[in-house]
Amino acid sequence: MKYEAVIGLEVHAQLQTNTKIFCGCETKFGEDANTHTCPVCIGMPGVLPVLNKKAVEFIVKTGLATHCTISSYSRFARKNYFYPDLPKGYQISQYELPVCEHGHVEIVVDGKIKRIGLTRIHLEEDAGKNLHQPEGGASLVDLNRAGTPLMEIVSEPDIRTSEEASEYLKKLRAILRYIEVSDADMEKGNFRCDANVSIRPVGAKEFGTRAEVKNVNSFKFVQKALEYEIKRQAQILDDGGKVIQETRLFDSTKGVTFSMRSKEEAHDYRYFPEPDLVPIVVSRETVEAIRKTIPELPDARRERFAKDYGLPEYDADMLTQSRATAAYFEETAKLSGQPKVASNWIMGELMRLLNAESKEIEDCPIRPDRLARMIKMINDGVISTKIAKTVFEEMYKTGKDAETVVKEQGLVQVSDTGAIETIIDEVVKANPAQASDYKAGKEKLFGFFVGQVMKASKGKANPELVNQLLKKKLTE
Amino acid sequence: MELYHLTIHELHDMLKKGETTSLAITESVLGRIKAVDDKVKAYLTVTGDIARTQAQAADKRIKAGDTSSPLLGIPIAIKDNMCTEGIRTTCASKILANFVPPYDATVVRKLKEAGMVLCGKPNMDEFAMGSSTENSGFFITKNPWDLERIPGGSSGGSAAAVAADECIGSLGSDTGGSIRQPASCCGVVGLKPTYGRVSRYGLVAFASSLDQIGPITKDVKDTALLLNVIAGHDPKDSTSANIPAPDFTKALKKEVKGLKIGLPKEYFIEGMDPEVEKAIRGAVKTLEGLGAKVVEVSLPHSDYAVATYYILATSEASSNLARYDGVKYGFRAQSAKDLLEMYMKSRSQGFGSEVKRRIMLGTYALSAGYYEAYYKKGQQARTLIKRDFDEAFKSVDVIATPTAPTAAFKIGEKSADPLQMYLSDIFTISVNLAGIPGMSLPCGFTKGNLPIGLQLLGRHFNEEAILHAAYAYEQATEWHKKKPKL
Repeated sequence: MKYEAVIGLEVHAQLQTNTKIFCGCETKFGEDANTHTCPVCIGMPGVLPVLNKKAVEFIVKTGLATHCTISSYSRFARKNYFYPDLPKGYQISQYELPVCEHGHVEIVVDGKIKRIGLTRIHLEEDAGKNLHQPEGGASLVDLNRAGTPLMEIVSEPDIRTSEEASEYLKKLRAILRYIEVSDADMEKGNFRCDANVSIRPVGAKEFGTRAEVKNVNSFKFVQKALEYEIKRQAQILDDGGKVIQETRLFDSTKGVTFSMRSKEEAHDYRYFPEPDLVPIVVSRETVEAIRKTIPELPDARRERFAKDYGLPEYDADMLTQSRATAAYFEETAKLSGQPKVASNWIMGELMRLLNAESKEIEDCPIRPDRLARMIKMINDGVISTKIAKTVFEEMYKTGKDAETVVKEQGLVQVSDTGAIETIIDEVVKANPAQASDYKAGKEKLFGFFVGQVMKASKGKANPELVNQLLKKKLTE
Repeated sequence: MELYHLTIHELHDMLKKGETTSLAITESVLGRIKAVDDKVKAYLTVTGDIARTQAQAADKRIKAGDTSSPLLGIPIAIKDNMCTEGIRTTCASKILANFVPPYDATVVRKLKEAGMVLCGKPNMDEFAMGSSTENSGFFITKNPWDLERIPGGSSGGSAAAVAADECIGSLGSDTGGSIRQPASCCGVVGLKPTYGRVSRYGLVAFASSLDQIGPITKDVKDTALLLNVIAGHDPKDSTSANIPAPDFTKALKKEVKGLKIGLPKEYFIEGMDPEVEKAIRGAVKTLEGLGAKVVEVSLPHSDYAVATYYILATSEASSNLARYDGVKYGFRAQSAKDLLEMYMKSRSQGFGSEVKRRIMLGTYALSAGYYEAYYKKGQQARTLIKRDFDEAFKSVDVIATPTAPTAAFKIGEKSADPLQMYLSDIFTISVNLAGIPGMSLPCGFTKGNLPIGLQLLGRHFNEEAILHAAYAYEQATEWHKKKPKL
């Protein structure tokens, strides 16, 4: 049978506040264990939490950036469970009244825009970390991370494919980075994802039984885990079985999910309102003040790029995934006057070179003004697109501008008709058999001659002129 | 008359006049502890060396002419559920038997700044769960008026220490009556301030939405003096009210003309201990004689208070006590084969039976499928109980009731029957649910020479009305001057 997947994602994003959510400890990582702790975040008897106002500002900002309703009154709740990295025996989270509800983000899949709903966004504290020494050794607890502010962003079950899931996560990450509330780095664990997955026959209205897949900590793994899980459930249904509701973990080395606990074994977290904290009250004035701090967001920018620069949705979407890339594009497009060409260079050569070195666009040695001038040189016929690739790589490597590279390496395009004709004459003379075959009707050979001429000119011959002159020569 | 017999304000006057020193007072109190605490067993920890050092520091301040703080140089006992930096804080639980906090509770910091001398940490019911101090994980405190009887609880050690002159004043905590009921049993004054009046930072939580720290003292004036020091907003406690605290001693007036006192009809019911009823009615008569106007009021949801309390308080407790897991501090059971067993053994060996009973009750009340029927319903009932008081306080300034249904009962009398024990707090519990202030002060004795307490209640953040009525009553009577024979 043909199935479609129904996927909802829960993302935990760490907020980039300077201090923890309920105490004054710094949010610093990679330091000696338990050095960024105090009686509050290690859960000493008698301590009380005090809410970090910055965390509230950040979640409101996130809510506004994702079209959520911001509650004027929301509450913290305790989520009770025992684990050594959870010093109080409960996590301060939100349950009945989250800060943000009913939002959405837009993603682009196959050039089409799709809206993914957000059920809610709430604030909570992170736990610490358990460290296990080898067999027979002790288990240790590091509470530096305990009390770090997190946002849990819960999507509606609007996602249908692993690709959509990946696009959704990328868009969410882009938004969080645009508004500077989280660096949303999955590899660093600042952006963690759990997925609720079920499948149903194509066309069915009712949801199937879902499994929750936890522990997926990279974009690649999200796609892999979902693909595996969808296949696994389809296999069960095809074999006449039933999917059971359970929590599964993703094993990234084997690329499989495996059962962690069934519904029967699920925790009863015994949520109840946190009596140590007063309700979070966010006034309309505060919301409006925060709204003013929000920059142009990826969706708005994508729309504007598509409209103002005539870019396809795909390009507009790709270029707006980071604020820096978008800014880079926009500057290049304006300076060169050729947005689509600029987009091609940025999404093509530029990204290829940056990715090879795992560099960010901020660190790119070619600044937009230089790329724009290079594009102009192509447009003016000074260099061919083909040569431009060599020039571009050289610019990237050496940090020199296009003019210098072209001059130093003599890469100026040959548009001298006489010079090109001389080369053509030599090429035709050197390949008499092919010439006569062409004349006898084997027109495919035209490409062969173009190639030979370009090769002989070391790529410098103006391709348009080559085409023109070669055609003339061969039909003589 | 020994120095330990005196009150905070009496000793402050003497210190000011140079008639005594803090060290002399401290030695007097420490001597008294040495002499009688074997019988009373009020203290879990006596901090003699610290007390002497603090007394010397206080004397230096006094010598330098600094006598502005009424607490300067006065020996105070702080219930063992308030964190004291560097001093063992056990909550009378084996699970915290060796716990030494790395920080001071806000009230402790404030008292230190006021120059108090810490003479020790009194006994209590484990984690403040109980009404008799029989639930201490270490030993039972005796009532100084009758050593075969309970001192009340959970702040039984604090109240007994004050009654037995083993300290000059003390701090207790009150979640459902734990300051007022022992004050009543021991014939001393105890005030539970309005929820939010005093910072809870550093008070080991039992039920966060009900817990409140307050003074237990020898007279009403001392209560006002202690409250002056500990009251006020604390940025470390989000639930502490951002309302300026007045000078509570200004409320101490002998005149009560025009003060309206309400008697809730639901509190004077058939089957009530006749000696208690007589004492309370007598006290109200006295206040009437002083110019107060007495009217009947109704608190129609009083019947639900105990049930509501034991759902909400235990729910919060089940969560608050989750941190005692053997991982970070406190008791850890040995020889567990895995994590789960370590948790289970540590908690079953570390906690006493009443604490475990309440953890189980609360866990049950919060469980999926029961939350709506118990916790949620409890919250709704709490709102109704609070409204009862709001309504009653529209027509009166103060409500007068008995503090406890009976005088101190015998040790062991109710320990086999938790429900009977829970009913000891029948008159005090709704006050915590409503969040209003309440005080107990001596208003008579039974034929058996056991103290009886009068409970006075006020509007939110109106401790002054209570202090006003209490002071006037106290000045007109002699009950607070009686001392147990030890």
